[in-house]
Amino acid sequence: MRSTPRSSPPLRSSDTSRGPHARRVVVLSAGLSQPSSTRLLADQLAGAVDAEISARGEAVAIQTYELREFAVDLATMMATAGMPTARLDELRRVVAAADGLIVVTPVFAASYSGVFKMFCDALDPHALDGMPVLIAATAGTPRHALVLDHAMRPLFSHLHAVVMPTGVFAATEDFGGGAAGRQLSSRVARAAAELATQVVSGGVSVAGFTPPAPTRDAGVGIPAEVTPFSVLLGGHTGS
Amino acid sequence: MQFGVFTIGDVTQDPTTGRTVSEAQRVQSMIAIAVKAEEVGLDVFATGEHHNPPFVAPANPPILLGNIAARTTRLHLSTATTLITTNDPVRLAEDYAYLQHLSGGRADLMLGRGNTGPVYPWFGKDIRKGIPLAVENYHLLRRLWREQSVDWEGEFRTALHGFTVSPGPLDGVPPFVWHGSIRSPEVAEQAAFYGDGFFHNNIFWNKEHTEAMVRLYRRRFEHYGHGAAEQAIVGLGGQVFMADTEAEAKRIFRPYFDNAPVYGHGPSLESFTRDTPLTVGTPEQVIERTLGFADYAGDYQRQLFLVDHAGMPLPAVLEQIEILGTQVVPVLRREFEARRPEHVPSDPPTHASLVAQGPDSPHLKVISATAGLETAAQEVTR
Repeated sequence: MRSTPRSSPPLRSSDTSRGPHARRVVVLSAGLSQPSSTRLLADQLAGAVDAEISARGEAVAIQTYELREFAVDLATMMATAGMPTARLDELRRVVAAADGLIVVTPVFAASYSGVFKMFCDALDPHALDGMPVLIAATAGTPRHALVLDHAMRPLFSHLHAVVMPTGVFAATEDFGGGAAGRQLSSRVARAAAELATQVVSGGVSVAGFTPPAPTRDAGVGIPAEVTPFSVLLGGHTGS
Repeated sequence: MQFGVFTIGDVTQDPTTGRTVSEAQRVQSMIAIAVKAEEVGLDVFATGEHHNPPFVAPANPPILLGNIAARTTRLHLSTATTLITTNDPVRLAEDYAYLQHLSGGRADLMLGRGNTGPVYPWFGKDIRKGIPLAVENYHLLRRLWREQSVDWEGEFRTALHGFTVSPGPLDGVPPFVWHGSIRSPEVAEQAAFYGDGFFHNNIFWNKEHTEAMVRLYRRRFEHYGHGAAEQAIVGLGGQVFMADTEAEAKRIFRPYFDNAPVYGHGPSLESFTRDTPLTVGTPEQVIERTLGFADYAGDYQRQLFLVDHAGMPLPAVLEQIEILGTQVVPVLRREFEARRPEHVPSDPPTHASLVAQGPDSPHLKVISATAGLETAAQEVTR
């Protein structure tokens, strides 16, 4: 993933997929600095997921977004009782339409960063139903590692996502050599393999035995089809 | 086409003077605004309904509107909005029918679900039932205004047997009803089903969103056989502040904007002006922007402006209404009519026009949809 641009791709860019049926994986990176170790981890995960999906004989298109670039849009939405901006709506559409997500946040004050949570708050409650999600976080020291299981995993469980068993935490020292660095690489590979399997299989269901894949709602705009009023009215009549 | 003002009666500190009017002053100011609106040739005054500070919009709008009815002769009196969720439909039927008698047929009403969560439990209701409450309560309201003796059993209200609303509607013709919603497609569907009007507040959100809601309403209005989509009855809100130059308007309005309820301390005046219909500038700019509403919402029948919130002092509000009445609305009337196709009504239904439709008017039926019902029934059984 060396060629990955440092800023987010244009939201309305043409699809970078390698074919009509390419799986779409969206990476959300919530680092604030540049260069950012959060983005560094995000790129490593994206590269590993790309390789794992390709190794399964499937095409994949990966798009990475820096949530920092949406901080003002998110603040506007929060400060106007929910008025969406066009760019934020487009990102919410892209996320809800993905086949899998990689989410990476720095640890701020013992939890995910504010902009990361603001984006999650801006999602429709059904935007991530059944979505395979790989959770990852970075921090200055390894003592924050529980952010994955005490903050991120409950958050994405609440959003009805399918959270991969392996989360990836990287302290600054893990980017160095030696055992720490090697262990990070192996965690990245294991998590990427888990996400790739979910993305390629199209979710948690076994064909023929389970309900169809969940329909996600990006929460953008209004639905094309409405419930007919007679259904809402529930049998009341009048002359 | 009808033009007017709508108010939520907020008691907000004037950020330029630090002064906050008393509740008594704010209540009186709403009367002054309505009287001024009629004086300068506007058509409609609409009040919100509220049950909590900082609002002194009436908990029961017919109280204020009855007072205004006595001080005016021509002005249409409406609401923005009447809470169909937490009010007893029987009381709504009684009070608004009474207002219609008092005002000599100048009243209509706009139904909404409210924007303050605790209002539901305060009135013993469940906010998670907002849509079912709006649906059932309004259907009962329609029956109360259209059937001589009502037998009713529903989920939300104690049953009625042989109930007759008193007074009945003036001339036996119920008031015209609008349904207002920013983002609930079910409400647009409800308005379309009954052939009622649909109002979009058009203030807090972007025009693409307003366009989508109005388009849904128009499409379903046609689906239910009330007429062509472009003939559906649409109302829009808008928010303006005017001065001789754009720079002067922005200079005066900016502190009010920056401290306003809902969006104050959030986006800049410039970005909010870009993203929403808010227009701060000259009367010519307001005319141009407002005419543009019809480009995305279609030719419509009622335009209400918000001019009195965020602590704006009464003299400034009255001046804004004066500018609307003398410089803006006369041009809007001419230009909107010039672009309106002949088969699209200019005015929404009024008491006089509904009476003129005679005893066979679809307005007098509880359910007047003439098409689309079989489809709906099939979808029930599926």
